[in-house]
Amino acid sequence: MRVVVDIEINAPCEMVWEYVSDPTRYLHFMQGMTRYEVVGKQAQGVGARYRTLMRVGSAEVGGVVEVVEWDESRDLAWNSVTGVDQRGRWRLRERPDDRTHVEFRFQYGVAGSGILGWLAEQVAAPTVRQHLRRSLHQLKRQVEHERLRRLAAERRSRTAAA
Amino acid sequence: MSDATTAAKASRNGHGDLPPGTKPPTSREGAEGGLVGRAIRAAAGAIQARIPVADLDERDPDYIRENLPGIWLLASLWFRGEVRGLGNVPEEGPVLLVGNHSGGNLTPDTSVFTLAYNAYFGVERPFYQLAHNLVLSMPGLSFLRKFGTVAASPENAETALSSGAALLVYPGGDYEVHRPLWERHKVDFNGRKGFIRLALEHDVPLVPVVAIGGQETSLFLSRGETIARALMLDKLFRLKVLPISLAIPWGLNVGDFLGHLPLPAKIVVEVLPPIDLREEFGPEPDLNAVYDEVISRMQAALDALAAERRLPIIG
Repeated sequence: MRVVVDIEINAPCEMVWEYVSDPTRYLHFMQGMTRYEVVGKQAQGVGARYRTLMRVGSAEVGGVVEVVEWDESRDLAWNSVTGVDQRGRWRLRERPDDRTHVEFRFQYGVAGSGILGWLAEQVAAPTVRQHLRRSLHQLKRQVEHERLRRLAAERRSRTAAA
Repeated sequence: MSDATTAAKASRNGHGDLPPGTKPPTSREGAEGGLVGRAIRAAAGAIQARIPVADLDERDPDYIRENLPGIWLLASLWFRGEVRGLGNVPEEGPVLLVGNHSGGNLTPDTSVFTLAYNAYFGVERPFYQLAHNLVLSMPGLSFLRKFGTVAASPENAETALSSGAALLVYPGGDYEVHRPLWERHKVDFNGRKGFIRLALEHDVPLVPVVAIGGQETSLFLSRGETIARALMLDKLFRLKVLPISLAIPWGLNVGDFLGHLPLPAKIVVEVLPPIDLREEFGPEPDLNAVYDEVISRMQAALDALAAERRLPIIG
């Protein structure tokens, strides 16, 4: 099953990237996420591994994922290593006026699980889609709040210098 | 079947030549009730021989993984399962999970917990469950062995823990799982303390697992202990009970040997913090004190879950 959600954030790509590339922030903005922790010593970049769990229905579903693409401020993609088969991608693209178009692509399933697996994917889809939509809205709120905070801090420092 | 053959077959799956609790025949029985005694031993031996050999290698992670979506559908849509506190299970190493048992022979709470455990820790972490001999010897249930279910015996439990796996046991067994509906919010291990000895012998943490809702999947009326004794089921099948319930589609359901359609009761499972027995109770813990404390913690958790429940079945 493939789920794609997107949103426009009123902040530059670099600032959004700070959030989506930092594993310590995921529990703060990802809806339904119950676990997101670094596995091993590498925390960021291609090859970094995370243990992720998201509550869907009566189970916390997920597994260990590995980052397979890391294009600073543009693309971050991962594949599953254990657990549910999954592929995900953050796709950040610049928009005029320092805005960012954020697209989150997520594909999941269990290979070899047959018709029940297919049915489970369909049943889980609305929950997963809702989790991801809310996650993007929370990401937007947090990033835009941080942007306003930084702008205010800059204004204050300029005023103090003058 | 000779006694020697019976013993040999029975010992393969970790059991003695007679079921625990079965007294060896006295000389009087041997002399006067010989025929009955031999018949009982032969029948018990036949049942024992049907129990599959306990082989931990039968657990198949790929099979579990491929079947988790099906269990997820059942657990999510039918039982609206909810499992809390899996973070209380130590991340690695052997651990003894001790649960209260509900739902008759179908034990839906086990399905919900097995799904949640395997999804949370991954099918790569070895996880075994002990089940009654009869469950494993029933035709059509051999798939349970691929999920890591082995016959309930001290030997099999020791083998599982020695391998470094997590082991789920239900000390209350058939006694607790068939308790009447009005005792559904009661943890009742019937005084069985083998699980404490097991945890102490292997020095593993004991993690209580409390479930609610399973006993509302059918209308359990009585354990039928008197009938079970009269029919010598305890000697033949290690069955202390012959449960009587009202269940779909049978109506009055005696024995529940053919299973039943469980009512869609909401099942909630809560994993409690681990108990390190020697740390909490000293180097040589008193079994009775530990038993009372474990039961007390589990009962308190079950009471809290019961208080959350607004309506039977609906949850």
